[in-house]
Amino acid sequence: MTLLLRGARIVDPSQDLDRQTDLLLADGLVVQLGDAIEAGEGVEVMELAGKVVTPGLIDVHTHLREPGQEHKETIESGTRAAAAGGFTAVACMANTEPVNDNRSVTEHILSEARRHSYARVYPIGAITKGLRGEELAEIGQLSAAGVVGISDDGRPVESAELMRRALSYSRHFDLPVIQHAQDMALSGSGVMHEGAWSTQMGLPGIPGVAEDAMVARDLLLVELTGGRYHLQHLSTERSLQLIQEAKGRGLQVTCEVTPHHLLLTDEAVFESGMSTDTKMNPPLRQESDRLALLEGLADGIIDLIASDHAPHHPDEKDCEFSDAPFGIVGLETTVSLCLDRLVAGGVLTLSRLIDLLSCRPAQVFGLEGGSLKEGSAADVTILDLEAEVTVDPRSFLSKARNSPFGGWQLKGAPVRTILAGRLVEP
Amino acid sequence: MPDTAWQAKDLLTIRGLEKGQVELILDTAESFREVASRPIKKVPSLRGRTLLGLFFEPSTRTSSSFEIAAKRLSADWVSFSSASSSLAKGESLIDTARNLEAMAPDLVVVRHGHPGVPRMLAERLGCSVVNAGDGAHEHPTQALLDAFTIRRSKGRLEGLEVAIIGDIEHSRVARSNIHLLLLMGARVTVAGPRPMMPLGIEQMGVEVAFSTEDAVRDADVVMMLRLQLERHGATRFPSLREYFEVFALTEKRLAGAKDDVIILHPGPMNRGVEIASEVADGPYSVILEQVANGVAVRMAVLYLLTLRREEGE
Amino acid sequence: MAGEIVEKNETIEDLILVGIRTRGVPMAEALAAEIGRMENVEVPIGVLDITLYRDDLSTIAPQPVVRETHLPLPVEDRILVLCDDVLFSGRTIRAALDALIDFGRPKAVQLAVLIDRVGQRELPIQADVVGREVSTTLDQEVRVRFESVDGVDEVEVVDRA
Repeated sequence: MTLLLRGARIVDPSQDLDRQTDLLLADGLVVQLGDAIEAGEGVEVMELAGKVVTPGLIDVHTHLREPGQEHKETIESGTRAAAAGGFTAVACMANTEPVNDNRSVTEHILSEARRHSYARVYPIGAITKGLRGEELAEIGQLSAAGVVGISDDGRPVESAELMRRALSYSRHFDLPVIQHAQDMALSGSGVMHEGAWSTQMGLPGIPGVAEDAMVARDLLLVELTGGRYHLQHLSTERSLQLIQEAKGRGLQVTCEVTPHHLLLTDEAVFESGMSTDTKMNPPLRQESDRLALLEGLADGIIDLIASDHAPHHPDEKDCEFSDAPFGIVGLETTVSLCLDRLVAGGVLTLSRLIDLLSCRPAQVFGLEGGSLKEGSAADVTILDLEAEVTVDPRSFLSKARNSPFGGWQLKGAPVRTILAGRLVEP
Repeated sequence: MPDTAWQAKDLLTIRGLEKGQVELILDTAESFREVASRPIKKVPSLRGRTLLGLFFEPSTRTSSSFEIAAKRLSADWVSFSSASSSLAKGESLIDTARNLEAMAPDLVVVRHGHPGVPRMLAERLGCSVVNAGDGAHEHPTQALLDAFTIRRSKGRLEGLEVAIIGDIEHSRVARSNIHLLLLMGARVTVAGPRPMMPLGIEQMGVEVAFSTEDAVRDADVVMMLRLQLERHGATRFPSLREYFEVFALTEKRLAGAKDDVIILHPGPMNRGVEIASEVADGPYSVILEQVANGVAVRMAVLYLLTLRREEGE
Repeated sequence: MAGEIVEKNETIEDLILVGIRTRGVPMAEALAAEIGRMENVEVPIGVLDITLYRDDLSTIAPQPVVRETHLPLPVEDRILVLCDDVLFSGRTIRAALDALIDFGRPKAVQLAVLIDRVGQRELPIQADVVGREVSTTLDQEVRVRFESVDGVDEVEVVDRA
């Protein structure tokens, strides 16, 4: 099918492009990008004056919970949520049941995703068997099955020896080793950031150093092994400094940050009356960390934004703070939050945001898309910068509702996604 | 000026209370203290009311203090503890709350190991909820009875120098007392071993010291906290013996306090750990009065909350 | 009134004048002073707060403040003379009797009131010593003021608004 997108403002950082022009998609690819493209016969035309068109947005950190935890989310509901949120692709983590440490789980995920076709799904394979942190998983098999990276997320790879060997072995397959950095002894039984607010509320804390200490260790191992390292949900000023310094020394290191770490602090736990929708790992940190992260975005040290979409069944989160599982959803709020608070808020240009949400994710993980150059996959996101939305978790397409952003009034929203040249109906 | 009436549905935290509310509780408690000196220690004020105690964390002293308080007000008291099957594991807190609601109590007293549980129950129950201790967060009636004890002894709270010494990090008694003493115009110094001093505590408005001697110097009131190594200690402190050597309140360490200093302890005491026997039993100790005052203060709280009328009623 | 109390009681050594808060107290004090002048005897005074014994605690607004009760001596074998400024429905006195029972078993309890609002009783209660009887209607209020509390000694009958 052939689709002509006419009159939109096209923002494609991969081509340094930001102007009003036309885009022609056919047979799942970008065929032409230029002014006043003529619509031939049988071409469907979308009049998009006043809208913004970008390469399809990619969320490289999500939990789709399938197989095994379908009460929280499924590949179907998760990819529908992704499409509603403006994403044409997501990478999903391996902490399913069974764990994605073998090719059959990977293949199941891929075929489920293809069956529903709301978004591309790129599985992330486990680093260690069963996420137990004892032996390497069959990374070669996982690579052949189609994973685009390896991670033991929600757990860290605790053993320095194992992290060393994972970084080393991953080089055979050119896969990034994706780390959830958390020194478990330092974080102990903590449930929120250790600081003035945890002190006031009498809740055990997770100190920033639990992340920093492991990041420091990992970067030394990256230097030793020459592997590729991607740090998930970076949350502290000190981790940011460590990453910056490592990049300065030429190490193959990248990092991501979540919208909630850019916009909320530990004070939110108090303000919300200990709402479990403010409980996630790594926790919301103190204001100085948040400000450092915003600077890191603006300075270009941070490579991409990813949501860490972590759905839970409402019953699981409907308990006291100490008992609730960590995690919040993000697929359906990321784009509006970023458009309103970061772009309209003056922290980033729209072009830089699209870079963070599309181009860089595609580059770092070697994915299709991330560009509207001719010959690219026809994955497109249509945005409306003027749309006014009030976040309502009850209307999410995700099965889960655990978001701290309920009631936020934001300007800017996704309109539709186009996947391999087809309009997606979530 | 004390408030003339109590309007809040619940007593969950000291944080958020106003001076007038605190004074109302303390003044009402004075009257109830007198009831304890009568031959018949009962007044009919809460006759026919049903008060429930939910003790998810075991507690003999606090639960019996509330029980005596309730009974002296002629209320019917029913108590559930985690030892009994009625609070068995498996039933979620929300279901427990729903079941309680169906029994239509007038007021629920709750103690739990996790911060925020009393508030969760209060949001779901139409009756009043009193927090009898939620994790390391708050223990409002303890702070109120401590303030009552101090006020009786010193005639005031304003301007007093108060030292709170021990495992501050894990102490709800410390947190509630800090809020209450600062609200009433006292000055608070917290002290204890550094591994047990929570980050950023000075942002609560207190001075911080790291030795008992420094904290006790010129103090009007010294409050010792109970050390619970078996619960929180493993990596924080080597031994009870060492704690006594370095931090315990002994007569020697007490010497720097004001001549009319008073000593408080929320109980139960670990003699020979955080406090030396001669100090616990000595002339400056008001620890036993705290217990008596506890019943009076809890009577005041139960009375005011059960009979409260919201504006416009 | 002081004379009547003395007449009624053979031995005034056993008397305790118990003023019901608030305005029964200055009344008890005034009576004690008068008896003291007449008989050259110091009569002990007690203060009774009946708030905790009221039968209308859940319905009256604003919630009354509870104050202390103080009896100077054990009540056993003594004659308590309850003092109150106005006797109206009788419910205050009923509450006061309940309160006194919790202190023990006095030999007798008598009632002295300054103003008796005749015909308005809701319970079978009468005073032993009355300062003055007054006819009033339900929508009137009787206010007694004592110099020690209000700055002036007077009795006022007002129509409720």
